[in-house]
Amino acid sequence: MAFLTDRKRASGLGSAKTGTQHHWQMMVSSVALLFLVPLFIFTFGSILGSSYEEVIAYYQRPFPAVVAILTMLVGFYHFRGGVQTLIEDYVHGMARKIAIIGMICVSYTAAAFAVFAIIRIAL
Amino acid sequence: MADVNRGNRPLSPHLTIYRPQWTSISSILIRITGNALIVTALLIVWWFVAAASGPEAFATADAFLTSWFGDLVLTLSVLGLWYHLLGGLRHLVWDSGRMLDVDRSELAAQMMMVLSVLLTIFTVVVV
Repeated sequence: MAFLTDRKRASGLGSAKTGTQHHWQMMVSSVALLFLVPLFIFTFGSILGSSYEEVIAYYQRPFPAVVAILTMLVGFYHFRGGVQTLIEDYVHGMARKIAIIGMICVSYTAAAFAVFAIIRIAL
Repeated sequence: MADVNRGNRPLSPHLTIYRPQWTSISSILIRITGNALIVTALLIVWWFVAAASGPEAFATADAFLTSWFGDLVLTLSVLGLWYHLLGGLRHLVWDSGRMLDVDRSELAAQMMMVLSVLLTIFTVVVV
């Protein structure tokens, strides 16, 4: 079967049958976070502890604001995928589905609040 | 039923009988740090939402995050964040087919622990 690609031979195997897409999503978001997290640590860290006026002025600048928005978006997306793996390992049956749906809601809600807040500060 | 021994089969050994190894401990710590960081993330979202809401709300959130307890939580978070980042980097290296043998996996685990502490000290000094 020389005409079958390696990808085709591996597809659908393993106990879970699927999972490639999940793994790829985690890989892509982890590469993005490799750059975003250090940028966020040093931008957020440098302004934390300043006065209200200084914080507002700081996040009206494009670079700190965009770093914060991207870190929150990609970070919560990565968390959504990671916590799903945790739940799948330790929770079973209906509780698993409820827990996964609940954590997806928490992740996207938190990301939406963060992005709304940063844009509101910036504008 | 073909499976006549249902319910009376030997169990696989429980996790606690295994001797801790660099590879297992470093893996478990990635899971703990990654999932625990939700606390930090939600605290930071609270801080941003408070800053967007006005000076009074900001004062409350900022007072918590800059208190001694907030400093403790954030310092531990930075340690967890650097550790998880280095762990993710190790996964990306593994996914490229490199450093998969036991010796170099263990070396990477030791490097992650040392580097995450050094990066945390660096962060605390700079920030």
